[in-house]
Amino acid sequence: MLKVHRDICGYCGCCVSVCPEGALELIDAYLCIEKSCTSCGICAKVCPLGALEVVNEK
Amino acid sequence: MKNKYDVLVIGGGPAGALAAKTAVDKGLSACIVEKRPAIGAPVRCAEGIGKEALQEFIDPNPRWISAEMTGAGIVAPDGFLMKLESNLAGNKVGYILDRKIFDRELVWRAAEAGADVAVKTRASSPIIENGYVIGAKVESCGNVMNVTADVVIAADGVESKFSRWCGIDTTVPVREIMSSVQYVLTDIDIDPHSTVFFLGNDVAPEGYLWIFPKGERSANVGIGISGKKSGEGHRAKDYLDRFVKKTFPQGKLIEHIAGGVSVCRPLDCTVGDGLIITGDAARVVDPLTGGGIYNSMYTGRLAAEVAVESIGSGEVSKKALMVYDRTWRASKMGKAIERNYHIKEYLIRLPDTKLNEIIHSVSKINLKEFTTMSLIKEIICINPKLMIELGALAASIR
Ligand SMILES: Cc1cc2nc3c(=O)[nH]c(=O)nc-3n(C[C@H](O)[C@H](O)[C@H](O)COP(=O)(O)OP(=O)(O)OC[C@H]3O[C@@H](n4cnc5c(N)ncnc54)[C@H](O)[C@@H]3O)c2cc1C
Ligand code: SF4
Ligand code: SF4
Repeated sequence: MLKVHRDICGYCGCCVSVCPEGALELIDAYLCIEKSCTSCGICAKVCPLGALEVVNEK
Repeated sequence: MKNKYDVLVIGGGPAGALAAKTAVDKGLSACIVEKRPAIGAPVRCAEGIGKEALQEFIDPNPRWISAEMTGAGIVAPDGFLMKLESNLAGNKVGYILDRKIFDRELVWRAAEAGADVAVKTRASSPIIENGYVIGAKVESCGNVMNVTADVVIAADGVESKFSRWCGIDTTVPVREIMSSVQYVLTDIDIDPHSTVFFLGNDVAPEGYLWIFPKGERSANVGIGISGKKSGEGHRAKDYLDRFVKKTFPQGKLIEHIAGGVSVCRPLDCTVGDGLIITGDAARVVDPLTGGGIYNSMYTGRLAAEVAVESIGSGEVSKKALMVYDRTWRASKMGKAIERNYHIKEYLIRLPDTKLNEIIHSVSKINLKEFTTMSLIKEIICINPKLMIELGALAASIR
């Protein structure tokens, strides 16, 4: 599951532009993750600040 | 905001502002919807623009110009500084804008000309009828409403979600997103009239680090690296922090921003039925420099011109709007994007040793013109070997 560290996120939209599923959406400063996210991790790789993390589901 | 316009513009950056202003200047009704609460903030830009490029759209005004540039420097991977001075001493070659004010000025001009503007108002989905984009559902402070239009202009920047919702794939390939961070630093020792670019795999892999002066002792200090090279422990922020710690240990950080810049090819097609895509949303950033302010203003204005024609003739199909796509591709901007894409692809594959070699050998040139292209031409002129390596590309440059 993809997790947003909101204290780190700079709501810049870099991650939004690379998501192949279109699963990310910025509502001004709030990054939303939609159900279509496959936890592929592409967004987490490119985030300039390191605000995204794919965590294992329990 | 009304619920019907001739032209609905999604996004209030330079592309959207020019689109709306052009549409109303030509007698149409237009509305800009901008999801952020303020135009121009937070800044997602190093704010550099060439003098002539800017003047094509607006006369320079000290209110939104932070600094005037007369030269530039390129620092090779080995630390060697190549200085490029404008031929005519004291001659301005470019500006560092204050985009918080500049973007507002552009939107203000659109509003003054008669466009409606709604901030904190997000387009959340397109309205599609018989395959035509005929408007957008917009959400504004808890209110949802449908706004219809003859033509919708997507100017929604790097995120480019609106066109995606219309069925156009706008995904930027990982290796072609510049993952970027920038600090505004103050109380630092800089040359206040020269931009500086740092190259090299250890400094900014497949990208560059920049110092763009904002005043006598302050500057935008930022970096963009390829998404491919980004990851835990080696993100844009890690590289920038290392540089700042070493170069400006006393600097005071007064602004911290992040961003993404696409350096891929533009979208295969930048129109749809009832839809025109402009600026960063169309991926028309210069792939070599990462500059997109001019290209956004250019495509925004052109989009509105084509929309006006098409609405006038009662035909807003993809086929009719294709004039836009063809015109920008054939323009100076379109050709520069194509050519600079090849140059970028060539340069990012060069090892540091080769980059050092090139920069050392061209360090003594006296540029007649101050453009990226004149620099590339000189590089080829001085390194004839490079011409062979560049192959067909070299021919297109001369
Ligand atoms: C770190 C960095 C440095 C840069 N440096 C330079 C430089 O020195 N020189 C240069 O020329 N270019 C530079 N650029 C590129 C430049 O900033 C962009 O090309 C330019 O801002 C693009 O203009 P635009 O109007 O297309 O998009 P933007 O300016 O990004 O505007 C798009 C707007 O649309 C809004 N929006 C998005 N989705 C919606 C929605 N659904 N509903 C309503 N509104 C929406 C956004 O909030 C945003 O305000 C840089 C970019 C970055 C990230
Ligand atoms: S790329 Fe990172 S900082 Fe930027 S919006 Fe996405 S999570 Fe936030
Ligand atoms: S993990 Fe993959 S699918 Fe999920 S938001 Fe990130 S890029 Fe998109």
